[in-house]
Formats: sequence, C-alpha cells, structure tokens
Amino acid sequence: MRALLTVLRKEVLENLRDRRTVLSALVLGPLGAPLLFAVMMNVTLERNREHDERPLELAMAGRAVAPNLVAYLEGEGVSVRTIPGGAAGAAAAVREHRVRLALVIPDDYAERIAAGEPARVLLYTDSSDTSTGADRGRAEGLIGAYAARIASWRLAARGLSPAVVQPIAVDEIDVSTPAARATALFGMLSYFIVFATLMGGLYIAIDATAGERERGSLEPLLTLPVARTSLVYGKILAACTYMALSLALTITTFAISLRFVHLDQFGMQLDLGLGTAASIYGVMLPFVLLGAALLTLVASFTRSYREAQSWLGGLVLVPTMPILFASIYQLAPRIGLMWIPSLSQHLLIQSLLRGDPVGVGAVALSAGSTLAFGMLLAAAAARLYGRERILG
Amino acid sequence: MIRLDSLEKRFGDVVAVDDISLDAPDGRVTGLLGPNGAGKSTTLRLVYGVQRPDGGRALVDGIDVASDRQRALARLGVLPHNAGLYPHLSARENIRYYGELQGLRGVALERRIDVLAELLELGPLLARRTKGFSQGERVKVSLARALVHEPRNLVLDEPTSGLDVLATRNVRELVRRLRDAGHCILFTSHVMQEVAALCDDIAIVARGRIVARGTPAELAATAPGGSLEDAFVAALSAGAAP
Repeated sequence: MRALLTVLRKEVLENLRDRRTVLSALVLGPLGAPLLFAVMMNVTLERNREHDERPLELAMAGRAVAPNLVAYLEGEGVSVRTIPGGAAGAAAAVREHRVRLALVIPDDYAERIAAGEPARVLLYTDSSDTSTGADRGRAEGLIGAYAARIASWRLAARGLSPAVVQPIAVDEIDVSTPAARATALFGMLSYFIVFATLMGGLYIAIDATAGERERGSLEPLLTLPVARTSLVYGKILAACTYMALSLALTITTFAISLRFVHLDQFGMQLDLGLGTAASIYGVMLPFVLLGAALLTLVASFTRSYREAQSWLGGLVLVPTMPILFASIYQLAPRIGLMWIPSLSQHLLIQSLLRGDPVGVGAVALSAGSTLAFGMLLAAAAARLYGRERILG
Repeated sequence: MIRLDSLEKRFGDVVAVDDISLDAPDGRVTGLLGPNGAGKSTTLRLVYGVQRPDGGRALVDGIDVASDRQRALARLGVLPHNAGLYPHLSARENIRYYGELQGLRGVALERRIDVLAELLELGPLLARRTKGFSQGERVKVSLARALVHEPRNLVLDEPTSGLDVLATRNVRELVRRLRDAGHCILFTSHVMQEVAALCDDIAIVARGRIVARGTPAELAATAPGGSLEDAFVAALSAGAAP
C-alpha cells in the first residue's frame, strides 16, 4: 500500500512537470471542449433565428395570371419576384440554385378559378438541398391558407358554413419544457465531457507505461522488492487523479461558458448550477477508473511512446461511440441500459440536465457496473505486468 | 553472496542460458565476460528476477529469487544495462523514489542520499533535473539509486558502456571500494581490459555456457600466449566449436 502511494505521488508530480500532460489534461480538454461547444451552440442558434425572421423569397412565373394570389402573398410579407421562361425557366433556376423556390402559375389558372374547378399551381423545389425545407413548408402553408380562404368564400356564397368542410381541427400543443427542449440540443454535452475526461489521462497513461519502457526506466523499477500490482495500480490511480481533475475543470468551464449562450431567447433553459454540476461529477467519477484502466492496459501493450500515442488516440473514441448511438437513436434512459459504461453516464447526465428525477437504482447500477469493468481492466493490466514479456 | 545453480533459460528454440553455475562470494568482484549475445544479460535478469529460469535456481544470500522474490531483491542492488532515469525529476528525487520503494523514509533517507552523493561525487547534479544529463552522470545517479538501501549484493550489467575514460575510472574505483567494504559484486562486460582491471574472478561466457573460469592470472596462465586476451580468444573458439 505504501509502495502504491509512492508510485502514485511520483507519477502525479513527474507529469505535472511535463508540459504535454499538463496541456492536454488541464488546459486543452477542459478549456477547449466547452469553448468549442459554446461557439458551436451560438452559431447554430443564431442561424435558426435568422431563418425564421428572414422574409420568404419566392420566384414566380406567370404572376400576371394570378394578381390576387400575389397580393395575398405580398400581404403576408413574401418578397415575390418574376422569373422569365415559364415552367422551363423556373425549373432551370431552381436546379441551378439561382432561386430556392419557384412558383409557376399555368395560363388556365384564372379560367379554372372562375369556373370553380381545382386550379393547379406548380412549386419547384430541390429536395436534395436540405436548407430549403423550411422555406418550402412556409410557401406551401401560405398557398394552402389562400386556397382555404377561397374555399370558405365559395361556401359562404352558397349559404354553407365553412365549418362543414372542416370536420376535424388539429391544434398542436407542445408540452416540452424549456429545459427538455435544450437537452435535445445538448445531447453532445456528455460526449464532450467523456472525451475531455479521457484526454486528461491520455499522456500520463502513455508516459507511465510505454514511456517508462522506452526510457529504460522500467527494468530497474521491476528489480525493486515491490509487488507488481502496487506499481500498476499506482500508475492507474495517477491517471485517475489527472482524469478526475480534468473532469472537474471541464464541468466547471462548461457551467461558466454556457452562461454566455443565450438559450432563454429560444424558449430553452439549461440548469448547470452547482448542484447539477456536482451530480454530473459524481455520476462520471466511476467512469474515471474505467477510462484510466483501459488507457493503461492498452498503452502497456504498445512498444513505444509513438505507437501508444496512435493507439490511444483512436481508443479514446471508443467510449464515446455508445453516446453517438444514443443520440442518433434517441435512446431514453431506462434501467436495462444502466449497466453499460459511458452510455449510462450519458443517459444520467441527460436526465440531470433536463431536470428529470434520477433513480437511486439507476445511479447505483451505473456506478457499480462501471467500477466492476474498471477493476477487471486494472486486474488485466496488473497481469500483464506480471509477465516477463513486459520488458519488450 | 550470489549463487547461480544450474541456471537455464530458453526463448522458444533458442537456449539463452545453458546450465550456468557460479558462486559470487562477498568481498570479491566476479565478472561475466563474453561477446554480445552470449547470454550475460539474460543470466543477470534471472538473478534480479525480471525473468524466471526454466531450470535451476538463482540465490541471493541463500534466498531463491524465483520463489521468494521480494525478500531476495531487498538484498540486491541492480544496475541494468542502459538503465533510464525520470527526466522530469531531479537526481535527488530519482534516488528518493527508489529509496521510498525500498521502504526508506524521511530524514534517514535524505541522509542516505547525501552519503551517496558524496560517494559518487554527484555534487551540484543532485538538485538538477536529469533531463540532459551525460551518460556518465546518468550512470552515477543510477548507481546511487541501486545503492540507496545499502544492499550487500550488487549486480551491474555493462556499467561502463558508453562512458568516457574518466567516468570509467570513477566507476571502477567505486566498485573496488564497495568490494573492499565487503560487498558481493557480480558484473558483466564484453570489454576484456575492463574485466582484467577489475575482477577477482572471471567466468567467460559463450553461447549461454561458461567456457572457462578462474582468476585473471589463472586464465592467462592456461593460454598459449600467456595473456588474458589469448585465454579469452581460446575459450571463445573452443566454446564456438560444436
């Protein structure tokens, strides 16, 4: 036990003097991730807002045939401009991205309206350009509203109530809370937290294993009358120390930087106050052991510092995979998922951010399972150090 | 004292150490002399317990290294070949780390480090980080590290390789002084002059076997040319024959 603490203290001290470790563990991860995230968020939010407030632009061919429709659209704030060349010209303009939407009024439009028959209009869009989706929806909505107005006039002219043709009215009521709307946006937050935590242990794990062997300091170390397990566990705990520190700093900078993202303007709120931050830290702590043991184990297999660096660079992405899947498939927290490390932490963090109740059982299962996996990996690393081949 | 008792080590089909028996008594310098790849380093690795023998035993003060590793190693100071230091730690911190892992603490440990600094003439090096130390300076710190727990037995693998003349002389003087203080010293070299200048007993190793042994004078007397070099060459060519 004393040897373990000696190893732990020495690794922490030595790596504190290594600019690369300090930079990646205590500066780049904790500062970089939240800042990047905040900037990304602000840009996304600003772009959404611009989208809604920008007047809809509509290119029209044959507008002379439908003066009332044009007047209605302009009355709704649509900026209408004319494009030459009829239907062919409109199709070409959309295909070549000169306009986002083109509305073509056929020549028989006025006649059919006058006759009370369905009048066709053509809306040219390019569905491969996903940025036009919102515009298309708005254009269809406006034209539909105009059609509904004509329909109600016609019914009124025949002495019928417009309600006759509307047997069902749909009213959409959004029950999501502002906090829940924000978490849909903040699914990536736990991804960044997990990633920054792993980065915190990356260099110290390499230095304590592949680095030690490459420097030639491993062989004399193994000639000391100390149990190999003390050496390995000391190194893993040193990585844990850095990762726990990195995690604390990352959550803190997240809490601070998110105050500068103006979520309230968008009807969203995110509670990352002291209580939530502390809870996230507690939920993540078992993952620190797992991550440190995993990094140490894999780095022990590699032959050189460089090789370890390239292996671990890819390895830190592995625990973030379940989080990506969870985001893509919109996995909801349930007890059956809580035994999976990193996924369970992600789901618990999402619940905490959303302000949902978090069950004691879920937290206990997440922590217990993650710690068990961590100890298993630590034991595997210790076994590795018990072998002769560890000297390479 | 260190005793090698019919030691054997194989790596796959290759027999690296083939039935080596040797006594390295206290108060004497025992040298394993042999060309590169003869099995000297592997033999020492069996003594300091980072590899396990496939046959035979290595004993430190009568304690079997394989079965009672920690107790045996506590009586052993080891300088492996090309031993590395921690570049971000000062020389004192490097030595202190090993001292603490050997179970030493506090004032006693610091005093011991001061004694070693004097013995090895570390002087101003002690407070400096070891990054950028010369090979000679690194060997000195590694030696201090190996001696921090005052071991009775010392294993040195090519301690002078890569050292300049002056540094080599310093190491030799230190080894003699430790021998005169009653330590058991087992060391390897592929440089004949080194062994001739330092050893009380020599074992010439080739292809994992001891092919000749004796004091420098005894070995020289058996050779046709009457010099230790002739004896070395003769032993090697005899050992190389099938």
